[in-house]
Amino acid sequence: MQPLGAIVHDENPYADQAQREHALRLGMWVFLGSETLLFAGLFGLYAGYRARYPEQFALAGMHNEEWIGSVNTFVLIVSSFFAAWAIHLVRGDRPRAAMWSLGAVILLGLTFLGLKSVEYSHHLAEGIAPASYYRYAELPERGARMFFTLYYFMTGLHALHVIAGLTVMVWLITRLRRGKATAEHHVELEMGGLYWHLVDIVWIFLWPLLYLST
Amino acid sequence: MTDIVPPSEPPRPPVPRLPEEPLPTLPLPSSEPDFWRADRGLRSWLLTSDHKRIGILFLIGTSLSLVLGGVFALLLRIELLTPERTIVDASTYARFFTHHGIIMVWMFMIPVIPGVFGNFFLPIMIGAKDVAFPRLNLASFYVYVIGAVFTLVALVAGGVDTGWTFYVPYSTTTVSSVGWVVCGVFILGVSSILSGLNFIVTVHTLRIRGLGWMQLPLFVWNIYATAIIQVLATPVLGLSLALVGVDHVWHLGIFEPQYGGDPILFQHLFWFYSHPAVYIMILPAFGVITEVVCSYSHNPPLSYKALVAASLGIAFVGFLTWGHHMFVAGMSTFDSGVFGALSMFVAIFSAIKVFTWTATLRGGSIWFSTPIFYFFGFMFLFVFGGMSGVAVATSSLDVPWHDTYFVVAHFHFIMVGGTLTGFLAALHYWFPKITGRMYSERWGLVSAMAVNLGFFFTFMPQFLLGNAGMPRRYYTYPPQYQWLNVLSTAGASILAIGLVITVSYLAVACWRGPRAGKNPWRSRCFEWRVPSPPPKHNFLETPRWKSGAYDYHAAEE
Repeated sequence: MQPLGAIVHDENPYADQAQREHALRLGMWVFLGSETLLFAGLFGLYAGYRARYPEQFALAGMHNEEWIGSVNTFVLIVSSFFAAWAIHLVRGDRPRAAMWSLGAVILLGLTFLGLKSVEYSHHLAEGIAPASYYRYAELPERGARMFFTLYYFMTGLHALHVIAGLTVMVWLITRLRRGKATAEHHVELEMGGLYWHLVDIVWIFLWPLLYLST
Repeated sequence: MTDIVPPSEPPRPPVPRLPEEPLPTLPLPSSEPDFWRADRGLRSWLLTSDHKRIGILFLIGTSLSLVLGGVFALLLRIELLTPERTIVDASTYARFFTHHGIIMVWMFMIPVIPGVFGNFFLPIMIGAKDVAFPRLNLASFYVYVIGAVFTLVALVAGGVDTGWTFYVPYSTTTVSSVGWVVCGVFILGVSSILSGLNFIVTVHTLRIRGLGWMQLPLFVWNIYATAIIQVLATPVLGLSLALVGVDHVWHLGIFEPQYGGDPILFQHLFWFYSHPAVYIMILPAFGVITEVVCSYSHNPPLSYKALVAASLGIAFVGFLTWGHHMFVAGMSTFDSGVFGALSMFVAIFSAIKVFTWTATLRGGSIWFSTPIFYFFGFMFLFVFGGMSGVAVATSSLDVPWHDTYFVVAHFHFIMVGGTLTGFLAALHYWFPKITGRMYSERWGLVSAMAVNLGFFFTFMPQFLLGNAGMPRRYYTYPPQYQWLNVLSTAGASILAIGLVITVSYLAVACWRGPRAGKNPWRSRCFEWRVPSPPPKHNFLETPRWKSGAYDYHAAEE
């Protein structure tokens, strides 16, 4: 076991390193629980409005480009694999390979954001914008407008989480580069991985709601 | 004639002893200055990671908020002295009640007991040196300060006139500074989540070896139940207020009818947080009250398990009752019935608590002091407020009482009364431990009398006003309501005087009070086994507790 003083400061409240890692891991899970409820508010609104405007939601959903949504789903799932693979590599004491794996996560995350921007720009070009800025003549009803307002809020909040996750990945790579993650102690890497999986899972729920259900 | 047999004491179940396991010896200094003196200078306070100092910082922040919210309350009461204009115009009046509500709810009642006493005592009560994430703990204080600053900026920059509930569509169309204030409340919510997360992880991971869940002091259980609500309900408030703010500033309306939105959905989201938020305020007070009643009656709680189960039960059922705020918002009779019945479960759990506390007094050696005076005040307010809560949870009764002063009186009795008396009980109960000095018991009782009487006379007339049909938030009223309003203002003044007296003698006691010693109340709870004030790292040596937190049959440790 590593000496405690090497990692944490005077304020360290833990008896040993195992207790510290347990606390950090549990803290991450509690945080993810909190995050889930943040998205749950928007999912609740989606359910409420979909029950009110079922046909309009179906029509508006069909207008979204299914291939972009689906490719993005694939991109995120593969990126989640690389995040998990990085932990596997660190456990096998291969930090350099783990850095490349996290690099792949960042690349795929940026791909996701790039495709998302393409989609946003298509929508905006057609006059599909939230609420008072909505100008799309082919789906003029209030239900379709609400679908797209929700679409922007849900994907927008998710995109913010993708950006946060990518920032975490950059931080993890610098930790690996400085040799701060070892085969035994890499709890930060696990926490970053958990966060990235949450980002992925939220999208897996958004994908059918916004692209597939008609 | 048969012999008269004296009633015998029912045997109380013995509290399980802590197993004496070999403990890891930590390298701790044999003597250490107390946490006030351990480090000197402003910097050592502002950048502290010591949970006790962070508790003191929260005490300063929340007390200032109480004063500010109280000033707005007094301004409201002065305005309502006469049926027409007294001191301010109608729109200023609307701002005053909004500011009063926002400050009291999010800057005082939500953070006060967990932030101050949870921070200070929870780690000591579980035998830990600190909370699990000390720096995150400090961050949660600064996030609180930032949120408070945003909120106060909103007050200065024109104020907000929506009421603390931010109901749309008014909140998205009013010209007042809704954007700033929802930012502020959002940030205060982040602070609340961080505190809750820290407490959950601390209780799970940092209990001293041998201290099982069912041996925790009950204050810890209540802070834990509160933390669960903070972590799971607050994000929904953050989201819904963020949507209101975005809508107000950029017209991206997700609740606006002209864009297909439904304002009622905002109410659902808002109350999904704001009803459990009531339990964020009251559960910590339950914890305080439990500690107070056990310490001053020298008795273990009648049933430890019942108190734990009732707290967790309230935390759980609290998530399923939000609809009772919306009985008149177009809810079906069936839904109203379901929400009403679920709300009454809260009353069942509360009744379990009330009966357990009362029965704990029985056969005890009761020490009549300021904290237990607040305990009795709490019991009255909580039972009376709770029963009126069952009344308004009945949808047929709620229809005439909705949006009247009856509801105002109800939630002030139960939520404010519970939290304020709980806070004051905690402040007096733990004052010797925090400062190492005793306050004047005589002044304590005088002010407790003033606070409880003042509170009663502030809100009892409001029950009558509401029942007589006076709507809440109205600026003017017909003259026949005046005498009750005058009575209410008089009560509020007595309450304010009581609080000023409290601050005065506690301030004097900080400098001049006699030394308290380790355990002036002869309590058995764990925090009374460390020196007063506690040393910087809480324990001079690894604690080895031989008896439990409520083992009043055992000798003092």
